[in-house]
Order: sequence, then C-alpha cells, then structure tokens
Amino acid sequence: MSRLISYEKKDTPIHRLSGLSKLIFFILWCTASAFTFDTRILLIMVFMVVIIYRIARVKWRQVSAVFGAVMFFMVINLVCIFFFAPYQGCEIYGTRSDIIHLFGNYTLTYEQLFYEFNVFIKYFTVIPAIFIFLTTTNPSELASSLNGVGVPYTISYSLEIALRYIPDIQDEFRRIKNAQQARGIEMSSKGRLTNRIKNTATIIFPLLFSTMERIDVVSNAMELRGFGKKKKRTWYSKRELAPADYCTIIFIVLFFAASMVITFADGNRFYNPFV
Amino acid sequence: MEKENRPIIEFTDVSFKYRAQKDPTLKDINLRIYPGEKILIAGQSGSGKSTLAHMLNALIPCSFGGDMSGTLRVCGQEPAKLGVFGMSQIVGTVLQDTDGQFIALTVGEDLAFALENDEMPQDEMKKRVLDVAKRLELTDFLENAPGELSGGQKQRVSLGGVMACDVKILLFDEPLANLDPATGKNTIALIDEIMKKDDLTVIIIEHRLEDVLYRDVDRIVLMDDGRIVSDMAPDEMLCSDMLVKYGIREPLYISAIKAAGAVIGPQTHPQHIETMDITPYRDKIRSFYEDTAENSLSPEKNLLLSVSDLEFAYDEKRKILNNISFNIYRGEMVALVGKNGAGKSTLASLICGFNKPQKGVIMLNGENIEPLSIKERGEKIGYVMQSPNQMISKPMIMDEVGLGLISRGVPEEEVRERVSEALRVCGLYPFRNWPVSALSFGQKKRVCIASILVMNPDIIILDEPTAGQDYGHYTEIMEFIKEIRDKTGVTIIMITHDMYLMMDYTDRTLVLTDGELLLDAKPYQVLTNSEVCSRAYLKRTSLYDLSVKCGIEDPASFVKAFIDEERKKRSKIKSDSDR
Repeated sequence: MSRLISYEKKDTPIHRLSGLSKLIFFILWCTASAFTFDTRILLIMVFMVVIIYRIARVKWRQVSAVFGAVMFFMVINLVCIFFFAPYQGCEIYGTRSDIIHLFGNYTLTYEQLFYEFNVFIKYFTVIPAIFIFLTTTNPSELASSLNGVGVPYTISYSLEIALRYIPDIQDEFRRIKNAQQARGIEMSSKGRLTNRIKNTATIIFPLLFSTMERIDVVSNAMELRGFGKKKKRTWYSKRELAPADYCTIIFIVLFFAASMVITFADGNRFYNPFV
Repeated sequence: MEKENRPIIEFTDVSFKYRAQKDPTLKDINLRIYPGEKILIAGQSGSGKSTLAHMLNALIPCSFGGDMSGTLRVCGQEPAKLGVFGMSQIVGTVLQDTDGQFIALTVGEDLAFALENDEMPQDEMKKRVLDVAKRLELTDFLENAPGELSGGQKQRVSLGGVMACDVKILLFDEPLANLDPATGKNTIALIDEIMKKDDLTVIIIEHRLEDVLYRDVDRIVLMDDGRIVSDMAPDEMLCSDMLVKYGIREPLYISAIKAAGAVIGPQTHPQHIETMDITPYRDKIRSFYEDTAENSLSPEKNLLLSVSDLEFAYDEKRKILNNISFNIYRGEMVALVGKNGAGKSTLASLICGFNKPQKGVIMLNGENIEPLSIKERGEKIGYVMQSPNQMISKPMIMDEVGLGLISRGVPEEEVRERVSEALRVCGLYPFRNWPVSALSFGQKKRVCIASILVMNPDIIILDEPTAGQDYGHYTEIMEFIKEIRDKTGVTIIMITHDMYLMMDYTDRTLVLTDGELLLDAKPYQVLTNSEVCSRAYLKRTSLYDLSVKCGIEDPASFVKAFIDEERKKRSKIKSDSDR
C-alpha cells in the first residue's frame, strides 16, 4: 500500500546524513527561498534540489498526491495574484511593457509574467525540499539530534511521535473513508464540491475519535515506561555527526549567506532584467 | 511450588472510588500474592479487574484520581508513593493493545524505550537490548518497524519492552484480546517460560479462561462488582459453578462434561484436558453423545454471492489473495477466519469494492458487480467496522442511522419511516432521540448495524464484531446479530479470530491462509481438523481431545452434537427471557 510522504528506509547519501544537518539545511534553504526573489538564485536552487531529489531516490508514488494538491493551490495562487494585483510586477520592476489587453482594467504585462514566474519557481525550490526531508529523515534520529542541540526531549519526542503516526493515521483514514463511502457518502469526484466538503466531516469525526483513543493508549504506555519522569534521557538511535554532516552544514550556511548577499546587494529582493 | 512467607503483593481492605463516580469500583479487597506465583484475575467488564491492575502499576491514583482506603504493598512499598515511574521498575505492564504499546519506530528502539528514559548510557543500553532480544528471539528484527511484525512478534516486543528494566512482577492486561488463537496459545507458553527462567511473579487479567489455562496457573481470582468473589486453585474453580455464575466462559470440555450430567471432582485435575483423568465421566459422555447425535436436514440453498478465481496484489512482489473461489447462500451466517495478515480484510475489501481485483469475478444475485462503484455496492453489501468509533459521525442516533439514506436522496418522510423500522428491529427505538454518546459499547455497535440495515442490504460484512468483549457482551452482540438474521433474512459474513463465535453462531467457515482458501466447511469440521488448524493458526477445540479420550470414533460428530445442544439451550434461554 502506498503511503504519502513518510520516512522510508533506504541507503543513500541523503539518508545517511544526520537528521540535525538535514533539519538545518531544510530551514536555511526555505528561509533563503522565502527571502529572495532573485531569479538566478532561484533557478540554481531548483536545479540543485532536483539533483538532491534524484540522489535521495524519492519515489514518485510517495509524493504524487500531495504534489497534485500543492499544484492545485499554486495555480489558484497565481491566478489570484493576477486578479487582485495585475500590475504588481510593474510596480516592482518600475517599467511597463504590455503584451495584450484582456478586459476592463486587466492588461497582461511582461513584468507581471516575470514576477509570477518567480513565484512559480519558488514553489519548486521548497516543495521537493519538503518531500526529501520527510522521506529521508528517520524521526527518532531527528528527535535525538534535536535534543542534542538543546531542544527539550518532550518536544522533540512529540515531533517524533507525530511523524511516526503519519502512516498509521493515513491507513485509518483510508479504512474509515471506504466504510463511509459504502454507506453512500460520496467522496469521489462525481459529487458536488460543497457536498464533498460537508461529507468530509463524516470521516474527520470518526478519525478524530479513534485517534483520541490511540493517543490515550500511547500516553499511558509511555508513562508506564517512565517517559517524562527525569529531566534528561538518553537515545538508542543517537548518531554523532559525521564529516559529511559538517560539510553539509558549512555548505548550507555559506550558500545562505551568499544568496542573501547577492539578493540584497542592489538594495531590493528582486532581480530586474527590465533595465 | 515453594512459597516464601512474605507476599510480594498485599491488598488489605482496599477500596477505591473514582473521582467522577458515585459508588466505589473496588470494595474491601484482600489479596495476597506470593513471589513466583502465577495468578489469573477473571471477571466481566466492570467487575473491577482493570482497576485492580491500575493500582499495581500506580496509574491509580497517579493518573486516574479518586479516593482510596486500606493499604496496598508491592515489594514492601506503597505504589501511590513511588508513582507510575517508580512502579515501572518493579511491575512491568503489558497492555492489551500491542500496537498502541509499540511506541518507537523500530523493535530495538522500543525495547530501549524505558532504558532511554532512565538515562542509561548508549553502549550499555545497546548491550541490554541485545540481551533481551536474544531471550525473546527477536535479534533478527531489531531494525524492523511494527508494521513488519506478526501479532506474536509484537507481543514479544511488548514483553521485551518491560523486561528490559529487570522487573519483578509482570502484569498482563488481556494479552489475548487481539491475537489469533494459535498466537494466543504461544503467548501463554512464552509467559510461562519467561517467568520460570527469570523467576518472576505473573498476574494475567483475562476472561478467555481456557486459553490462559493452556499452561499451569496457581490461582484464579474471580471478581464481580468490585469484590473478589472467589480465590481458588484452577482445579477447584473448574469444578464449582462459580465461573458460569459470574459470567465467565468455562473451558469447552468442562461444559461438555457438565452437559453430559457428570459432576467433576478436583482429584481428576481438570485444569488441562491433556492431563485430565476422564475415566469417571467416560460413560456419561458416551451416552450423551449417542443420545444427541442426529443428522439435521440442511435447509434449501439459494445462491447469493459467488466469488470465482479471485486474485489480488498491491504490488508485483507478493500476491495477497490467490485463486479464491466460494459461494455464499441467502440467509447464511459465515465466518471468515485465518491468522493475522492472511488476507481476510483484503477479501472483504474486494467484495465491498474498496480495492479492485487483478483477476476473478464476483457475482451477486447472478450479476457481475465489477462495474458498480463503492457507493452502489454499499446498497447491497453493508460493511460494519470493528469499532463503532470508526463509523459514527453524527451526534444523534436518528441522524446517524439515516445518513446513508439521506445521502442517496431518499425523501425525508421515507427516511424517517425506514430509520424507525431499523431502530425497532435493532431494539433501539426507545432511544431514538438520544445522543449517541449516551450509549454503551454494545448499543453503539447496534447503531452501526442499524445504519447499515436501513439500506436493506443483501449481505452485511462485520469485521471482528466481538473483539475485546467479555462473555456477557459477546453473547449480547451475537444474539442480536442472529436475531437480525432471523427477522430480516439478511446474509451475514463475519471476519473473526474467535473460535467460540465461529462455533456458537456460524453455519459455515471459510479458512484463509497466506492468501489461499484452505477450507470451506462446517465449523465443527474445521475445529477438529488438526492440519488445517495448525496451518491457519487456529486452535483445535478441546472437545476433540475430550472425544478422543472417551474413545468416540468420530470426534467431528461429537463436536457437532455438543454445538447443536448448546445452541438449543441458548435459544431456549432466549425465548424464556423474551416471554
């Protein structure tokens, strides 16, 4: 059964990296992507992330459904940007080169197209990074390395538990959805959108209740085995940072610094090809 | 068994009342357990046996507050003072739900969980984990995730997780509830082996008495309504009528000997059928058999569902189902059994249309149902999930039961009529305006069945309808299902682990193993077939051993005679109570 974005054990250079270095990489990567609108940097990032995605051997079936959903929202986002701010690009780049007049106050410009193209490739720097991070990071190893850098273990362990239960909850969701569909609650694309949203409640509530039950059992089981009693704990799966980890961290810090310098060198976040 | 003088566990006049409740849940408990003993605590749901267990591991009063009186000493200490963590070093608790107890991502980490919390250095921890894994034969699985383990292996991990910190007492809370019969049997053997090897005291809370008694138990403590009503050696307990009186099911061979009119004496050691001396009862059993064995006529058969040559796989590597063919006739009650992961749920999901088979045909009423969507099939084939919480999504009973009709656009007036009718059939009509949350588990189960029944399906498929229920609730749910069948003529397919259920209530049994249909036969034929039982992880019924010991040539027909007799008795009790 294919499960959406959850950790899968494999032996790749990316899998071998410590959870901590992947987390640092991930955070700095996303921050860089959020700050910069420099098309050159964004394109380099897309190129890099595609290569890493290949190295990590992420399977398409693990991520396809989520990818589809994100693409759907991306299209909505791009369309909305155009309708709410058709001349945002002109404002940013300070010029206006019309392509075609559409209707009313809406004219398509090169600047707007270029601006939305930047937004578009931003998606493609971050989404594969999320997929790579979630599918290659062993949650318990991540929890132990977070704890190692000073995050309280109750918090890092909660994160681990959350990641660990993603597949279980997905299975439960599927089972409940099937049973409710058999009762006649339409979830396939045949039904009307409003009905489908309403019908989702018939899955969400049972899922919530059965998840609550599970939480109850797990928290009792954890307490019975001494979780939370002492201030510290040790970790069975803790790994020391390897040279590859230091290289990764140094690389991403340098990359982040460089991208910020290039981005803000000319006083604003945008790369302007129009002047 | 040599007993030291000082008890390891000592309850003196203990009473306990939960904060939210009016009456105490435990009343005047006096119980002494000595080191090295194996104690079985039995009782119906609500008898207080879980509360008693929670006092031993200090979940009471540390996690569930309330008023406690009297004194409790475990290893000379007071659990309430040591707290849950302190007690976890003395009492290892193995929970009923092995999935829930599996906290970490891999076997190794889970075994280490308690050690991690105790700040044991990593090297020492790895050594200790390896040691525990060796003792439980888990060394090959240290890197595996819970999903990759069988039910029995999960049980071993739960056990290992608490054994890792050198406990003195092992406490099992219904360890057999989610296991197939053969795995349950192995678990009991494992517990026995571990306690002897490591010199432990064991307390098992379980209502499936016959399965626990597979290995020697020192005492059975019987609880009812918050009190200990009996505390005896198993041989004596089995001879008394205490078990039946307090709603615990006796081992089948005991019921059969009693049904034959014999009075069992403790000197014949009734604890295990294998070693029991049955000579005093032999003649009575034989004459009982000769009186009751008769051939009943098989009723007329109308083909309803026909499955032929079904094949299914999630990926190319492994076929989940292969070459499955069988027929189901109108009005039948059929059990679908087999070990965990044999493909039972997958088969049900193919029939319901949740998954599509790679090969094969499913015909309902002579029509191929392949083109029908899940929703369209749902009008003919209803599916009831294991836990009512997985199905109920509306706060009010009427709305919940009517959900399927409303979503199909049935006019409101008709919905109300059909819902009322379904509620009447299910005995829920008086509660029709109640919120679902006010109902008991059994009543919620009824609501789920009513919400399927309201669509007038031809077949209802029930996934583990009685899992985790004690004998009383089991009987209540199953009698209800049988009544529904008798009233409406609906065909029932049940996925189950419960050999009793299969024996007590079904007309036919389909045995699945490793994706193949191993046997399609009457329950008594399945339960007396040693080869099928061992391949499918079922447990051959003790009635078989009994009949062999009595020199009855055809054990299957003896088992059938006993089953028929019990069914007659049950329906008589039912009709008396209805009157």
